[in-house]
Amino acid sequence: MADRQAMPLQDPKERAQNFDEVALGYTDEMALAEASRCLECKSPKCVDGCPVNIDIPGFIARIKSEDFDGAIGTIKLTNALPAVCGRVCPQEVQCEELCVLAKKGEPVAIGRLERFCADYERRKGVTPPVQPESTGKKVAIIGAGPAGLTAAADLAKKGHEVTIFESLHDTGGVLTYGIPEFRLPKAIVKEEVEYIKQLGVDVKVDYVIGKIKTLDELRNEYDAVFLGTGAGLPKFMGIEGENLNGVYSANEFLTRVNLMKAYQFPNYDTPIKRGKNVIVVGGGNVAMDAARSALRLGADEVSIVYRRGEDELPARKEEIENAKEEGIVFRLLTNPTRILEGENMTVNGVECIKMELGEPDESGRRSPVAVEGSEHVINADIVIIAIGTSPNPMIFSGSEGLETNSRGTIVVDDSGKTSLDNVYAGGDAVTGAATVISAMGAGKVAAKAINEYLSN
Amino acid sequence: MSYQIVEKKEIASSVHMMKIKAPDVAKAAKAGQFIILRIDETSERVPLTIADFDSNEGTVTIIYQEMGKTTKQLAKMSASEELQDFVGPLGTPADVRKLGTVILVGGGVGIAPVYPQVKAYREAGNKVISVIGARNESLLILEDEMREASDELHVATDDGSKGHHGFVTDVVKNILDSGEKVARIVVIGPPILMKVAAGMTEPYGVETIVSLNPIMIDGTGMCGGCRVSVGGETKFACVDGPEFDAHKVDFNLLMSRLALYRSEESKCQENHDHKCTCRGEH
Ligand SMILES: Cc1cc2nc3c(=O)[nH]c(=O)nc-3n(C[C@H](O)[C@H](O)[C@H](O)COP(=O)(O)OP(=O)(O)OC[C@H]3O[C@@H](n4cnc5c(N)ncnc54)[C@H](O)[C@@H]3O)c2cc1C
Ligand SMILES: Cc1cc2nc3c(=O)[nH]c(=O)nc-3n(C[C@H](O)[C@H](O)[C@H](O)COP(=O)(O)OP(=O)(O)OC[C@H]3O[C@@H](n4cnc5c(N)ncnc54)[C@H](O)[C@@H]3O)c2cc1C
Ligand code: SF4
Ligand code: SF4
Ligand code: FES
Ligand SMILES: [Mg+2]
Repeated sequence: MADRQAMPLQDPKERAQNFDEVALGYTDEMALAEASRCLECKSPKCVDGCPVNIDIPGFIARIKSEDFDGAIGTIKLTNALPAVCGRVCPQEVQCEELCVLAKKGEPVAIGRLERFCADYERRKGVTPPVQPESTGKKVAIIGAGPAGLTAAADLAKKGHEVTIFESLHDTGGVLTYGIPEFRLPKAIVKEEVEYIKQLGVDVKVDYVIGKIKTLDELRNEYDAVFLGTGAGLPKFMGIEGENLNGVYSANEFLTRVNLMKAYQFPNYDTPIKRGKNVIVVGGGNVAMDAARSALRLGADEVSIVYRRGEDELPARKEEIENAKEEGIVFRLLTNPTRILEGENMTVNGVECIKMELGEPDESGRRSPVAVEGSEHVINADIVIIAIGTSPNPMIFSGSEGLETNSRGTIVVDDSGKTSLDNVYAGGDAVTGAATVISAMGAGKVAAKAINEYLSN
Repeated sequence: MSYQIVEKKEIASSVHMMKIKAPDVAKAAKAGQFIILRIDETSERVPLTIADFDSNEGTVTIIYQEMGKTTKQLAKMSASEELQDFVGPLGTPADVRKLGTVILVGGGVGIAPVYPQVKAYREAGNKVISVIGARNESLLILEDEMREASDELHVATDDGSKGHHGFVTDVVKNILDSGEKVARIVVIGPPILMKVAAGMTEPYGVETIVSLNPIMIDGTGMCGGCRVSVGGETKFACVDGPEFDAHKVDFNLLMSRLALYRSEESKCQENHDHKCTCRGEH
């Protein structure tokens, strides 16, 4: 069996200075070589690991026969955002984890092949979809993130009249404001949204539901409503000094960089503080993205401060590797206790404490315990808090009877239906912060249920 | 999306009024709320209070002072041009109820956000005493409108060019000392004015409300950049406010956070001025 084809990357030293995409993508030869590794299993396990059930052996077989158009066609039967998923899906714990070759060694690089097909199509120019005949039913989608976009695409394909309402001035949700350009170029997100618009979906940006209109009003104006409002409310730690100048939530930091393009300041007007010594608190994808962005903005040293160990880091392995290569420092088993104040209420270092892992708790995770007397100060002028988010509550004002649970997430049944008759929900708003592909999967499930509801 | 400017006027030196066509925002707007606008693709998002709205006409009025790059760029735009983005209404509406006598204080461009509240408090059946002030007469805005909308209007200027020679807070103190039974005081203006006013009214035990203006981006509770400290608790001004109990606000924190980007802001403006003067010359 041939080796798994490595992904060509931009040189670490170089890429730490720019916001261009890190992973360069397979050439045709690499794609053919990688595709040839697939055994085209009769009952392919990999498909079970994909939340949108892409016909994986099917599209890979078409790559093998150099029918790239056929390959992307197969993918697009179930996935509206292949160029995005091929880049940011945590494949190692989804499709690729279940690939039969994963047991023997290296799984087929399904995500990279998917990206290859999507990029091939983009270079060639996407064929505009055919708009189906209208059913005359109207559906409102709240939120233009992966969940909302997927639900919108599926419902438009069924001929329903779909309107997306998005509170920001741009579409894409986290794909646009959170995940940085160097991991997911914004031009790709734009093109994927263009495709969805060509299906006849009307997109209204600058439209905050709960403020300009309430859910109650939309329920009357539309036959059905889908809530894909995400989990955008940043959590803070509640430690001393957290409101000092120079302390950002990861959401603010990344929004300034990505949505507002502060890395191109002053050609773009939105400013951002470029720190010398930056500390990012947290160990997930969000923390990695914030750290690597801070580095690209010109920091001398950027550290990840995480209270558990290396094995517990929730970020994708690939991104942890990329971050290390670029020179991000990992201060593991370390937890901030307070942020120290300098001149004019600015940050002047962070006091941290060492942690050790205790006995596993009910969830099986070993919980960190502070080591007494191990306090120490880390030099810092910028602190970015990336310890998680919870659902954005804006949607809940004027949503009489919409059931939520104690974590602020929307309660739904298996079909994505909420406690309200014609209201469905999915994505991070239901699960709490999760993944792009699970949000898309939820958008699909709900779209199917909405279509059935509207057909009755 | 784009939003047309239907009217534009300089109403005082470097202070401008704009009426924007935004029917859905106009329909939902309430006193005390704000909008966020973006001029074009490279612009920042700028929060401005809704100074007036007309749901029949489908327009929202904003009043802004030229401060830096974005407000200066906005000041150069004229009627019939379009803004790329105009989001709102944002923030929690002012808690307007029938209370008795209410003093509404506007300092400088802060008079603009006070104006819709004057109308709302009056409509709710309150006696409204308005106190407005500015550095000098030429900076005073909305005097006629405020007189018309209020039961009583007092004017103060720092240099004495109009009305009381001194600060609006002097005038408010005089009213409180006169024995007038006041149920609530609302103060909107520069942070330093709100801080001084909060300190002044506290011993009188009169409920005092301020509208805070920290640096914002999204205005929907998504970034936490607008956090302020109220009664020792962290709040997001864009969703929990912008109005808060003045006696509980940490104004020093607010003021220091407002100054965070001073050096970047002047750089941004220099860059802009440079581009403007050199256009076509390179
Ligand atoms: C920095 C970062 C990096 C990540 N990296 C990865 C990764 O590598 N791989 C991966 O799989 N996942 C990653 N994730 C997680 C993934 O992005 C999310 O799980 C996914 O975007 C959730 O999709 P969604 O559609 O549910 O919500 P979102 O993407 O959050 O979209 C919700 C949209 O709804 C809008 N909205 C909210 N409230 C309202 C309202 N009241 N009215 C109108 N509009 C509203 C929001 O503005 C937003 O645009 C990352 C997340 C972050 C923050
Ligand atoms: C809820 C709210 C309502 C407001 N209402 C009004 C109003 O009705 N009329 C009015 O003239 N001004 C209002 N402001 C202030 C206005 O937003 C700022 O003056 C404007 O953003 C300055 O932009 P600039 O680029 O011209 O100046 P800059 O040179 O960029 O900034 C000048 C100063 O304005 C403040 N500022 C800068 N950016 C922001 C931002 N994104 N958000 C808030 N403050 C910022 C900072 O203190 C800064 O030092 C309001 C602010 C808030 C938060
Ligand atoms: S969408 Fe994600 S999980 Fe599904 S095949 Fe593609 S990379 Fe794998
Ligand atoms: S499990 Fe692996 S080898 Fe089998 S079809 Fe899927 S990708 Fe190919
Ligand atoms: S402006 Fe972002 S949370 Fe208030
Ligand atoms: Mg500015």
